[in-house]
Amino acid sequence: MTSTARPEEVHPSAAPEFPMSRAAACPFDPPPALKAEQEQGPLRKVRLWDGTTPWLVTRYAEQRTLLADPRISADVTRPGYPSPAPLRGTSFSFILMDDPEHARQRRMVTAPFTIRRVEALRPAVQKIVDGLIDEMLSGPARTDLVQAFALPVPSLVICELLGVPYGDHDFFQVNSKTLISRSAPPEARAAAHADLIGYLDELMGDKIAGPADDLLSGLGTRVEAGELSRREAAEMGVLLLIAGHETTANMIALGTLALLEHPDQLALLRDTGDAKVVSGAVEELLRYLNITHGGRRRVALEDIEIAGEVIRAGEGIIVPNDIGNRDPEVFPDPDRLDLRRDARRHVAFGFGVHQCVGQPLARMELQVVYSTLYRRIPTLRLDTALEQLSFKHDGSVYGVHELPVAW
Amino acid sequence: MKVTLDQDKCVASGQCVVAAADVFDQDDDGIAVLLDPAPPSDRADDVEQAAAVCPALAITVQD
Repeated sequence: MTSTARPEEVHPSAAPEFPMSRAAACPFDPPPALKAEQEQGPLRKVRLWDGTTPWLVTRYAEQRTLLADPRISADVTRPGYPSPAPLRGTSFSFILMDDPEHARQRRMVTAPFTIRRVEALRPAVQKIVDGLIDEMLSGPARTDLVQAFALPVPSLVICELLGVPYGDHDFFQVNSKTLISRSAPPEARAAAHADLIGYLDELMGDKIAGPADDLLSGLGTRVEAGELSRREAAEMGVLLLIAGHETTANMIALGTLALLEHPDQLALLRDTGDAKVVSGAVEELLRYLNITHGGRRRVALEDIEIAGEVIRAGEGIIVPNDIGNRDPEVFPDPDRLDLRRDARRHVAFGFGVHQCVGQPLARMELQVVYSTLYRRIPTLRLDTALEQLSFKHDGSVYGVHELPVAW
Repeated sequence: MKVTLDQDKCVASGQCVVAAADVFDQDDDGIAVLLDPAPPSDRADDVEQAAAVCPALAITVQD
């Protein structure tokens, strides 16, 4: 018997605030207060910015069970949805919809992300990575890795895949950064969203007038066929453009920082020629860094019994994958970065029908990057003190704003 | 070992193909295709991995 009150008996003012802060000295670890909640039990109550107290799902097994349960909704407009910030008239397309419409729209964009198509892109990604490293090596022996490498690699790749002119990268990078920031004023986020939609809508017009062999042209064909409105196509374009570059860019920069802080682990990647070792290392870095922090948000459509509790219809559910990936029941010694462990069952890309559609592409890009960068620049080192770095605590994607490196 | 796949549930994550490429494939839209409903027992680990990483719980494995 424990004397701990059951979560539903906790008065709202007693529930801990969510999201919680990371410890400055442990920038790669989930917030200590979040770990403490995990130790208390698989289902907890937390308090959000608006005073609501949704469920927090802290453990891996319950996270996977709930995210795969059709009785939960990702529809942000439903009452009880635990919104991370004030609703701001923005949309992230099908990731905030439920089936069957979610499935219908998602299937319109899955074709370029098959394993076969992604593998066919590997040589092109290798060329992009090598070209950017050539540029780094031809200049001064120090740079900001984010601007010189981490951001351009996935931006170039997603632009090519979608058919977006890479020359516009300043525009979409600045606007997507604002759009996913929790601390940006709602008006600024709404403006960034409107600018991105306007940009994609215009591009969609070009693709409809003169289709090419790219994903946006494919969506343009569906607009012409009446399967999708032009607005919906533009929304999808914004989603794929943002998801395609922000996440992978942060995995490259933060992953490099983590490896520089764990030289024995970095050596494993630098010295191997084995693709299996590289792919295993990528899975472990995805598990360990889990850059999509703040949790997947859902709302219960029906009463759901789980782990001795009942989540009532209309109650909010938050699933923070970062703590799920540090569940000691599933990943022994979870706070240790161990590139040789089998981490493939991590939930860094989410779980259930909304799991990241671009994950095969992200994996391939990271495999190419991590197997190339440290081999080609073996003397790569951090060019500042770890304490001097500024981390992205306020966005929906965690990472580092700048990563000064030298070699 | 008997494997079943519910294509209606599939969300085209492709993770079954990564785990066991000789048992699963994808069609042009990414929907999983079951190549071998009765794979040899030495494929058990990979097939179980495929079922475990399937985000849509579309794969069932019976001994």
